[in-house]
Amino acid sequence: MSKANIYAIENPVTHQPGWIGSRVQEGSENTASPYATVGNIAVPNPRMSARSVNVFYDEKQAINNVSLDIGLNEVISMIGPSGCGKSTFLRCLNRMNDTIDICRVEGEITLQDENIYSKSMDAVLLRARVGMVFQKPNPFPKSIYDNIAYGPKIHGLARSRSELNEIVETSLAKAGLWDEVKDRLTKPGTGLSGGQQQRLCIARAIAVSPEVILMDEPCSALDPIATARVEELIDELRQNYTIAIVTHSMQQAARVSQRTAYFHLGNLVEVGETNDIFTNPKHPLTEAYITGRFG
Amino acid sequence: MPVYFVVLAILGLTTIAYHYGRKRALTVSASSNHLHSLPHYYGAWTAIWCSIPALAVLVLWLALQSTIITNIVIADLPSAITDLNEQRIGLVINDIRNYAEGRITSGEISLGIAAAAKHYKELKSLSRMALVVIVLAIAIFGGIMALRLISPDFRARNTVENIIRGLLVICSSIAILTTIGIVLSVLFEAIRFFDQIPITQFLFGTEWSPQTAIRTDQVGSSGAFGAIPLLTGTLLISFIALLVAVPIGLMSAIYLSEYASARLRAIAKPILEILAGIPTVVYGFFAALTVAPFIRDSGGLLGLEVSSESALAAGLVMGVMIIPFVSSLSDDVINAVPQSLRDASLGIGATHSETIRQVVIPAALPGIAGGVLLAASRAIGETMIVVMAAGLAANLTINPLDSVTTVTVQIVTLLVGDQEFDSPKTLAAFALGISLFLVTLVLNVIALHIVRKYREQYD
Ligand SMILES: Nc1ncnc2c1ncn2[C@@H]1O[C@H](COP(=O)(O)OP(=O)(O)O)[C@@H](O)[C@H]1O
Ligand SMILES: [Mg+2]
Repeated sequence: MSKANIYAIENPVTHQPGWIGSRVQEGSENTASPYATVGNIAVPNPRMSARSVNVFYDEKQAINNVSLDIGLNEVISMIGPSGCGKSTFLRCLNRMNDTIDICRVEGEITLQDENIYSKSMDAVLLRARVGMVFQKPNPFPKSIYDNIAYGPKIHGLARSRSELNEIVETSLAKAGLWDEVKDRLTKPGTGLSGGQQQRLCIARAIAVSPEVILMDEPCSALDPIATARVEELIDELRQNYTIAIVTHSMQQAARVSQRTAYFHLGNLVEVGETNDIFTNPKHPLTEAYITGRFG
Repeated sequence: MPVYFVVLAILGLTTIAYHYGRKRALTVSASSNHLHSLPHYYGAWTAIWCSIPALAVLVLWLALQSTIITNIVIADLPSAITDLNEQRIGLVINDIRNYAEGRITSGEISLGIAAAAKHYKELKSLSRMALVVIVLAIAIFGGIMALRLISPDFRARNTVENIIRGLLVICSSIAILTTIGIVLSVLFEAIRFFDQIPITQFLFGTEWSPQTAIRTDQVGSSGAFGAIPLLTGTLLISFIALLVAVPIGLMSAIYLSEYASARLRAIAKPILEILAGIPTVVYGFFAALTVAPFIRDSGGLLGLEVSSESALAAGLVMGVMIIPFVSSLSDDVINAVPQSLRDASLGIGATHSETIRQVVIPAALPGIAGGVLLAASRAIGETMIVVMAAGLAANLTINPLDSVTTVTVQIVTLLVGDQEFDSPKTLAAFALGISLFLVTLVLNVIALHIVRKYREQYD
């Protein structure tokens, strides 16, 4: 089945009562054609919630009317073929898209009921609350210690050297890296292995005590063993943080996340409990993707 | 037959050799249908053997022939002449050559010299003929020997590869050897200088007045060759220039690479680089006619004593001149810092300027240091601006409002005009040259050291 054919399928299940995210239609004055997501986009007591988000790169629309809640202390994974806008959507959640000149975001995204795109919200402070881990490990060319201490120093989180030391130690410990690096804290972070570097980046994000951690394909540059180690870590971090993870591996989504959102060509096609999505996809596009008919 | 005819002949032979080499390779492989390399490699192999040895002999011959002929002629001169001192012999030989070629000689020509000139002329034409015959013979012989070696199993490809590598090595050694040669010749002249003036006086003397009496009967100053005022002058002006260029250059690099829009950058960067293309003499008169008077006048308003030619004027203008060295290189290295590092810093909640200060600049520092040191050596070597704006007075001072002079300026003033090439005054230029060279060398070594240290720490 070609992509064109898949796209031509009209949503056959959008009119099933109860499955449509009820808040999608609310106040939707957006110019783009509404796309009804299958599954329940809302959760009770969300940590972040996005409503009717459209993203444009110049004139090209990359995200089309997406609404999605991210629940407290849950891991939500975002899957979909490459170029479907997963990273773009993720980067809306901490306003990293602000750094791209041609990128324009419409719609409403809230963090703990505060609109993060409102004038009173400082994007810089927002990014301390919504941390990010990138696809390729990107430690600073500084010592392991300084990599972790960077954020706390910038935000003035430590009043003394000993407090800073403590933050560094606990962050590294939470990222499961302390035992491996405690004897080489002054050595450059770039000298670690790829998996260690990625856990260093996670520790760096944790060090400023964010509420949400966004991860954009954090394991795509890692070998299977390092990947397993990071997945374990994600599972542990769920106790204290809300995590949104983009992944191209469906197995990974199945292993680490509670909810899964499937994106296709800028649309949020389906969202639901991870188990449901993988065992019983409702939308034909989702089904086609997870059964491996395209990707 | 002039030399270039010989060269043309060799080239012609080479073309023929290539052709025959190729053909022969095809012939020898025709029966077995097996050939180690492609035919053109056999052509190249033959062509190389035809041309390179012949050309090498040609060059050597031309380089040595005049010395050898002169020596033969001298050996045959009557002992009355050969017993003379070196300078006189040189004069005689000049006469012989000039007479042989029908040019003007120094006064009357003795019979002995006329005979020698005839001898010289004969030897020279003999050498010419021998050159043509021998070189062409070598070319033909080389080509034929190469042709005879061609067989289906002969590894022409590998051999040609090796020869090409050898040629490349020779070319790069020429560059290195030239540098070494220049340094050594300056060094030897400098040593001759230090035979006459003690090195301690040169290195630690605080007075510089190189005017000496040219003839013994002349009354003149005895000359003082203390380089300290020149070195301080050089360092003072370079320091002022760097004080201007490093902050301005670095900041504009940061603005251009981090804040400016792509369009502004495309316009501003070339304009900034034009600064480096302005001839230094233009900067020089800008410094002398505009900046220096301005500084003197505004200094006067403040009640400061400013000489009309000041280190400050030269340094400021020189600073403007070297801005592009700092900015252009820094801009390049800042752009080379991966975007992922900026994303990491921004993603943690750092502001744009925090990211630049704490992540981008440290990562780019080795390159920036390189740019600064390049600018520094440019400043140290700069002459024109200083001649025009800072004066010639060798004052030992660190007051930027005084007039000072620099090493390069003194080298120029020592060497322009009629000079006697073994007076300490002239030789002093070489001593200054070698000191300048050493300073820049030390600067480069330090730069390399810094860069390497950062590399170890950060990669
Ligand atoms: N910086 C950018 N400038 C222009 N277009 C972009 C940029 N980043 C992403 N896009 C476009 O937006 C769409 C979604 O990209 P992305 O969010 O990176 O997809 P994914 O992460 O799902 O692979 C793609 O069509 C891509 O070409
Ligand atoms: Mg992506």
